[in-house]
Amino acid sequence: MQVDFSYIIWVPTALFASFLVVGLWGNKLKAGLSAGIATAAILLGAVLSYTAAFQYFFGNGLQQGVYQTFIPFTVEWLRFYDTLVIKMGILLDPISIMMLVVVTTISSMVHIYSLGYMKGEKGFERFYAFLSLFSFSMIGLVIATNIFQMYVFWELVGVSSFLLIGFYYQKPSAVSASKKAFIVTRFADFGFLVGILLLSYFTKTFDFQTLLSPENAAITQMAGLSFMGMSVLSWALLLIFMGGAGKSAMFPLHIWLPDAMEGPTPVSALIHAATMVVAGVYLVARLFGLYVLHAPDALAVVAAVGAFTSLFAALIAVTQTDIKRVLAFSTMSQIGYMMLALGVSNYGGAEGLGFTASMFHLFTHAMFKALLFLGAGAIIHAVHSNEMTDMGGLRKYLPITHITFLIAALAISGIPPFAGFFSKDEILAAAFEANKLYFWTEWAVAGLTAFYMFRLYFNIFWGESKAYAHTPHESPISMTVPLMFLAAMSLVVGFIPFSHYVSPDFMPFETHFHWNIAIPSIAIGLVGIVIAAIMYLKPKPLAGNLVKAMPGLYRLSLRKFYMDELYIWVTHSIIFNSISRPIAWFDKKVVDGSMDGMAWVTNKMSGKIKNLQSGQLQQYAFVMISGVLGLALFILYWVSR
Amino acid sequence: MIEGIGVTEFVVVSTLMFFAGVYGFIVRKNLITILMAVELILNSVNINFVVFNKYLYPNLLQGYMISLFVIGIAAAEAAVAIAIILNVYRKLQGIDVEHVNTMKY
Repeated sequence: MQVDFSYIIWVPTALFASFLVVGLWGNKLKAGLSAGIATAAILLGAVLSYTAAFQYFFGNGLQQGVYQTFIPFTVEWLRFYDTLVIKMGILLDPISIMMLVVVTTISSMVHIYSLGYMKGEKGFERFYAFLSLFSFSMIGLVIATNIFQMYVFWELVGVSSFLLIGFYYQKPSAVSASKKAFIVTRFADFGFLVGILLLSYFTKTFDFQTLLSPENAAITQMAGLSFMGMSVLSWALLLIFMGGAGKSAMFPLHIWLPDAMEGPTPVSALIHAATMVVAGVYLVARLFGLYVLHAPDALAVVAAVGAFTSLFAALIAVTQTDIKRVLAFSTMSQIGYMMLALGVSNYGGAEGLGFTASMFHLFTHAMFKALLFLGAGAIIHAVHSNEMTDMGGLRKYLPITHITFLIAALAISGIPPFAGFFSKDEILAAAFEANKLYFWTEWAVAGLTAFYMFRLYFNIFWGESKAYAHTPHESPISMTVPLMFLAAMSLVVGFIPFSHYVSPDFMPFETHFHWNIAIPSIAIGLVGIVIAAIMYLKPKPLAGNLVKAMPGLYRLSLRKFYMDELYIWVTHSIIFNSISRPIAWFDKKVVDGSMDGMAWVTNKMSGKIKNLQSGQLQQYAFVMISGVLGLALFILYWVSR
Repeated sequence: MIEGIGVTEFVVVSTLMFFAGVYGFIVRKNLITILMAVELILNSVNINFVVFNKYLYPNLLQGYMISLFVIGIAAAEAAVAIAIILNVYRKLQGIDVEHVNTMKY
């Protein structure tokens, strides 16, 4: 029996309508009403997404052992000419349905949480309008039927991220952070666009289904064409990955993500932890068939970038003191895991474990990272500071936040039975199959993750109580309910047998539990936690002594390996001074100069000539008569000759 | 025909008058004097018309007619010019031609 999935169209429609209503008339409505409209829209979206997921995975999604791809809705958007048509539509397959669930779940939780967190803020309706816009764009991105639609929504997501990071637009730091995020991701999207153009130039299509169908001759032809040592397809996919790396804050395009924490904390939870930043992973997963079958070299780059970023970000996270920044670097590190898992994955059956693990980790990470951010928001709400040094002993004041934060920290550290353990185990297993170096790197990163998460945890909730301006109190119920819901999710989602639902070839397969990988990974996680406990559980001079022992390394990590400085140096010294300045000089002196010169010559000439016009009547007469006489004499002479 | 006086003598006189007028036009600063110099030029031309008519084409009348015409024009011109000069005097408190230069450039 065929199920009609066309009701999914109501998810983006409701969100867009809510954006329009709240955005246009928000200042006339009561604050509570506009928030209510936005929350109702996203809750409707969540209900529809869950229905779709249920119908798909337990209904007719699986036919003859293969998950089907449904396109319940498609509309022609732009027709340039017959071979260039851009469509908008809905594509449902296991990963897009999974993303629908993730986005609507996290977004609903953030909408509810913000009722308490943003209460009384200036621009409360504006915040909800932007949240609706973001959710709409993100939904549009995940259900895209073609790469152009994805690109359009990709940019919309970028815009809403820009708007939300710069939500406190009176703060100069928020303004510059939003600009930085927009410019860096826009720069990366330039690569994405070029990649799309390359791909569609050769294949004459934007459609994912046509692109991914195995009998697409244009793809094979493209994979055969060589350009500078790689096939054209690899170049196109690498450029597309560049866009993904920009959105997903992969090294070296990661510099915007830590600064993006200037936005309100619920925004960080929604956009910069759970949904938008995994868009890059989703993009690679969406085109995974092309990467793995036709461009393994591009996939190797994905793996290397992912592995490097996960290590790099974890090393930075160890020394940061702003709790949101620690979480931001942890997000980068975890997305690195997902990229690596995609990069080491193969196609078909159990070989596709990496792909499944990546999507699994995306799913579980969304839950516990959103929980961590919302928990951090509750803490910031209570103590009015982002700095870890201003916190301590908070477990007495914030019991619910404490327990949920602990659950999330255990989940991200890979301690069973929490969600992160299962997905991380699969990623490590996939890495172990593919490349031992990646495996040991990620194993070490797992230890670092456990260490910095528990450094955060102990510093916030244990240690000595600081002198607070007023006694910290537990957050209102609208904030604690999402925390508890996400904590429950972090506990249970790990038990979902993901390989039954998501695989690169749409065929379910069985995974085994890898004791040989799980035991070392649990061990390193516990070691990280124990070290953190020794250093931070009670106030001790040990951490300070370590800093004194290794000042260079500490500064390197604290200053984020000087990446921001490197960017400034590259842009200012190299691009501005060596390229822009000579070009500006050429423009000002040569191009403008020639035009200015012509005007100058005309002006000077006229200045000289106009002095002849003295206004002296007799002078004119004298000149005229002299001229006539001269002419007459000349003619006389000429005639008489 | 006037006995003993040929065309040449008349032409010499009219030429002298003409250049006297041109000289006066260029050199004098007073607008009234310049107007007088212009009258000299016009009248030297009138002499030429009359003399050439009388000496070369005695049975025709065009030269006389043209000279009458010029006299009429000169009268009209003098009227207009004096009106202008009066206005210049009111405006600039003087009729020195060197001060009448506000229309330059």
